[in-house]
Amino acid sequence: MIEKDIDEQIKWAKINADVLRSMENPRRAYWITFFICIAMMACAVTAEIYQYNTGMGVTNLNNPHMWDMYIASFVFWIGMSHSGTLLSAILHIIHADWRKPIYRFAEAMTTFSLMTAGFFPMIHLGRVWNLYWVLPYVSDRGAWPNFRSPLVWDAFAISTYLSASMLFLFIGMIPDLAICRDNARGWRRKLYTVLSLGWIGSDRQWRNFRKTYLLMACFLIPLAVSVHSIVSSDFAMSIMPGWHVTSFPPYFVAGALYSGCAAIITLFVMLRYYFRFEEYMTVAIMEKTAKLTFAIAMVWTYLNLIEFASTWYGHDIYAKELLIAKAVGPYSWIFWTMLFCGMVVPFALAVEKFRRHMPTMFVVSLLLNLSMYFERWMIVAPTLSMSHDPHQWDIMWPSIVQWAIVFGSFGWFGLLFLVFVKVFPSVSMYEVKEMVFHRRRLINEDAAKVYSRRARDRKDATGEPELEGA
Amino acid sequence: MSKNYRIKALFSDFDEAFGALSDIRHSKIPGISIDDVKLASPIEHPEIEEVLGDRTVHIPKLTLAGATFGVVFGFLFLASAQASFLVQPQGGKPVIPLPSNFVLVYEMLIFFGVWTTFFSFLFLSGLFRKRSNLYSEKVSLDQIGVIIEVNEQQRDPLKDLFKKHQSLEIREEEIR
Repeated sequence: MIEKDIDEQIKWAKINADVLRSMENPRRAYWITFFICIAMMACAVTAEIYQYNTGMGVTNLNNPHMWDMYIASFVFWIGMSHSGTLLSAILHIIHADWRKPIYRFAEAMTTFSLMTAGFFPMIHLGRVWNLYWVLPYVSDRGAWPNFRSPLVWDAFAISTYLSASMLFLFIGMIPDLAICRDNARGWRRKLYTVLSLGWIGSDRQWRNFRKTYLLMACFLIPLAVSVHSIVSSDFAMSIMPGWHVTSFPPYFVAGALYSGCAAIITLFVMLRYYFRFEEYMTVAIMEKTAKLTFAIAMVWTYLNLIEFASTWYGHDIYAKELLIAKAVGPYSWIFWTMLFCGMVVPFALAVEKFRRHMPTMFVVSLLLNLSMYFERWMIVAPTLSMSHDPHQWDIMWPSIVQWAIVFGSFGWFGLLFLVFVKVFPSVSMYEVKEMVFHRRRLINEDAAKVYSRRARDRKDATGEPELEGA
Repeated sequence: MSKNYRIKALFSDFDEAFGALSDIRHSKIPGISIDDVKLASPIEHPEIEEVLGDRTVHIPKLTLAGATFGVVFGFLFLASAQASFLVQPQGGKPVIPLPSNFVLVYEMLIFFGVWTTFFSFLFLSGLFRKRSNLYSEKVSLDQIGVIIEVNEQQRDPLKDLFKKHQSLEIREEEIR
């Protein structure tokens, strides 16, 4: 028997009530997580103040390791941002309606990941007070951005992706904000009145909304792919061993989707518990998300093996030597953990029993993202440790300052996310209503067909209709 | 001088609203056209919107215009930025570097396309208006509203039509 994604008999009024209640009354675990995030952020702020006052030397960053952990974190957060909007847009276009209860928080995750990623180039600058030098305007310094550098492309791509993702998230929320407006009191009512932009649910608004949402989705899919391809160009367009790889763009996109999907699973489990969303974030939807993650994990695995094989059978001795160093050098434990967590652990997602067990899925999703973080480290650090010139070979381990800032970035992301789900509906009410409406109607039509077929056939006229799987 | 009214009927489901709209469409009440009808609903429902007739959405045309502007802007921005090297001490860089051009023009196409779509949606959807007195919060919950402007002679037949289709509530306001 096929399990339902959602109970289609659920009343529309109940959907409103459940989601609105979640914004008022989360479990205690929500507040515990909230304060943990604040504590983590405090660590990062302290470390950043120390780094700002003392200088970049406290990070252990020095030639040849000019950007290690900060840039690895930057790539990680950009990657994390991918699944939310990209999967939401793809699943919207292919009419996969099981996305409806979970896409809102996934899109929010995209926005907040990008906002977190944006900090790292600034933190990594060192002299952050000179940040405005990167702006392209004619000055007596004679400095001008090099538009042929992928780092400048990054700035364009990421700012486009951030603004497009925020608009996509906001537009999708407008009908829900109107529901909130109609039910809220005090400051919330004022906030929702402004943000709902006077939405009344007229046919004209819905028609424009539908078209707008579709157009945005169409823009976002190629945009999301281009963003991570461009991020991969930061590395691939250099001639450094281990970075000058043709398959880097698809490899980065697959890795981004992979970490994003794993993060969706993590947040799925957390929100389901915090807000008692068992009726909306169902086991059936978790299963579908897990299967999707498994498929993406296999694509990532394939691309990884391709990269190893092309290096192994290629003629670039520097790249080959680097590959061997990754496997047996000082960073080897990171390398093997990455491969185990990224290639072997996802097979847990192929087991139905695990897919249906939320705590297991939570742990698995964390391991997958650990693998993805290590992957970014393994892209950046070994190449810098062992580039063409042996004179410059050097192993670097991040200092406590780098660790604290990276650790705090998770707190910052968590804090933004937790505030968002408390102030805005994390489940799309109108889309869940659509989902149950269309599924209910589908069942009624199936039932009508069965009844009418049996009315014509005397032999089966007395039997009850079978609605299994409807 | 006859008075005009705006009448809103609330229905419990789309089938009832659909029935009322079909009757209006088939001219059950003289002088009332389906083009005058507005529908308000808690979810989007393309099927029932079909009964309202063809109502064009202009957003894609504006999106295309925005995206085209993005292409032109991206190209000119990059070319002019590169050209500024000619007047700076460190010159010798191409005015039109094709790979960079391709990437940035692509990003600008999407950037302006997205923002134009957003602003088109804001301005073409009748947002930013004061909600009418007939607005019912039940529409954002689980009911479907049908709104129509009629004169005094059409008012009672229209209300009867709504009642025939089991409307839950009928509201009206006088308009100038």
